[in-house]
Amino acid sequence: MMFKNVAEVVELAESKNVKIAEIMIQQEIDVTGLSREEVIAKMDRNLTVMEQAVERGLNGVTSVSGLTGGDAVLLQKYIQSGKALSGHTLLDAVSKAVATNEVNAAMGTICATPTAGSAGVVPGTLFAVKEVLNPTREEMIEFLFTSAAFGFVVANNASISGAAGGCQAEVGSASGMAAAAITEMAGGTPTQSAHAMAITLKNMLGLVCDPVAGLVEVPCVKRNAMGASNAMTAADMALAGITSRIPCDEVIDAMYKIGLTMPSALRETAEGGLAATPTGRRLEAEIFGKQS
Amino acid sequence: MKYRSAFDIIGPVMIGPSSSHTAGAARIGRVARTLFGHQPKRAEIYLYGSFAKTYKGHGTDVAIVGGILDFDTFDERIPTSLKLADTAGMEVAFSVEEAVTDHPNTVRIKLFDDEKEMELVGISIGGGTIEIIELNSFELKLSGEHPAILVVHNDQFGVISSVTKILANHEINIGHMEVSRKEKGKMALMVIEVDQKIDQTLMDDISELLHVTQVIKMVD
Repeated sequence: MMFKNVAEVVELAESKNVKIAEIMIQQEIDVTGLSREEVIAKMDRNLTVMEQAVERGLNGVTSVSGLTGGDAVLLQKYIQSGKALSGHTLLDAVSKAVATNEVNAAMGTICATPTAGSAGVVPGTLFAVKEVLNPTREEMIEFLFTSAAFGFVVANNASISGAAGGCQAEVGSASGMAAAAITEMAGGTPTQSAHAMAITLKNMLGLVCDPVAGLVEVPCVKRNAMGASNAMTAADMALAGITSRIPCDEVIDAMYKIGLTMPSALRETAEGGLAATPTGRRLEAEIFGKQS
Repeated sequence: MKYRSAFDIIGPVMIGPSSSHTAGAARIGRVARTLFGHQPKRAEIYLYGSFAKTYKGHGTDVAIVGGILDFDTFDERIPTSLKLADTAGMEVAFSVEEAVTDHPNTVRIKLFDDEKEMELVGISIGGGTIEIIELNSFELKLSGEHPAILVVHNDQFGVISSVTKILANHEINIGHMEVSRKEKGKMALMVIEVDQKIDQTLMDDISELLHVTQVIKMVD
């Protein structure tokens, strides 16, 4: 039996008095027939890939096109200067999200969460929050299963594809998943996780997918930065006791319907938005001129 | 439900930059390789839609060739696969097509060796998930995620029930099954996605059936 929406997964977790991660793990065992150890080990491997990608990005990488790279390094230096206004943990999450997406753009190894273009938000926030909460390895793996549970609902009830639903479906989904998992790791209830996801997603509704030259670089890397920041803020709001007036499942449904009405030019075709700006077009000509 | 596993959401582990244009492309290439049975001598790759427009920036070309060389989505040899194909003695030809396809991320792959050739069309639908929609001009729907048996046979009564009876005897459960044919009474194709592992005796049993001309196994 698979959970169909956020309300169901929250109800399951609260009635059994377990984390949402546990509900996702149980479902995975049921669906795949794998043992608990195998399912955990599989996620452990994904976690290792995420760790390595963050580390590599923080050492500095450059993409094939030259459009992205090096910003994670700049941000880490700025944090260490002690001048940062918005706080160490928030900017650490942003820099680690950027690091992951810079590695992705440079054809490095990453773990899609839920897609490659939105792969920075979940690991970025996880490895920043880790510094504050000091979780065990097992708790970090649970963070990923909780993210998966919320992403699973979005993927089945709406979309996680930029070509189908715009960036709200990719970075929006990733940020909502991260917000819910941060909330749980910080000791929030399943209900609070759902509010964190709802608050995040509400603030990314309508976000279009308009990559310059069709590449997963501009504005994708910086959208991951803001997605991480959005997730951190929403998690703190939910943990403070703030609730979303619109339930999480209805926000997801709104996102789906917005995606359906989004014009094709704004769904990963590189025909509208930032891709169609004079600078976007110039960069496109330079890149494909250079490569062909 | 379109997505069934936590690892559809947290995963795949892959070489960037795009789950659809790189990881999905590699998976289509790898399914083609699996269906062909071994490394081909020549691969012709026809790119359509968004694949045609953005393949260089996304590494769609090296990903498909990497897949045909049997590399997984996370294989770090993907960026250098064109050179590796050359070393391995596999000739590769790309063609950028203008034709408009139903799905924006579409590729047609033709594989050849001295004995045979195979043609397949794959689409990449998001997050690294793919579908094979055509094989040797048969329409089908194959995800490549589940073990599957493809049976090419003459379009005669009783062939389908003979095959499913063998599956039942081997205690294999069918998750999804479809049949298609080019023309009534001529060549037909059965695509059977199953829940259990497929062993060689099962393959042999099906191969021996009357009217069955070819049996292909996906995933072991």
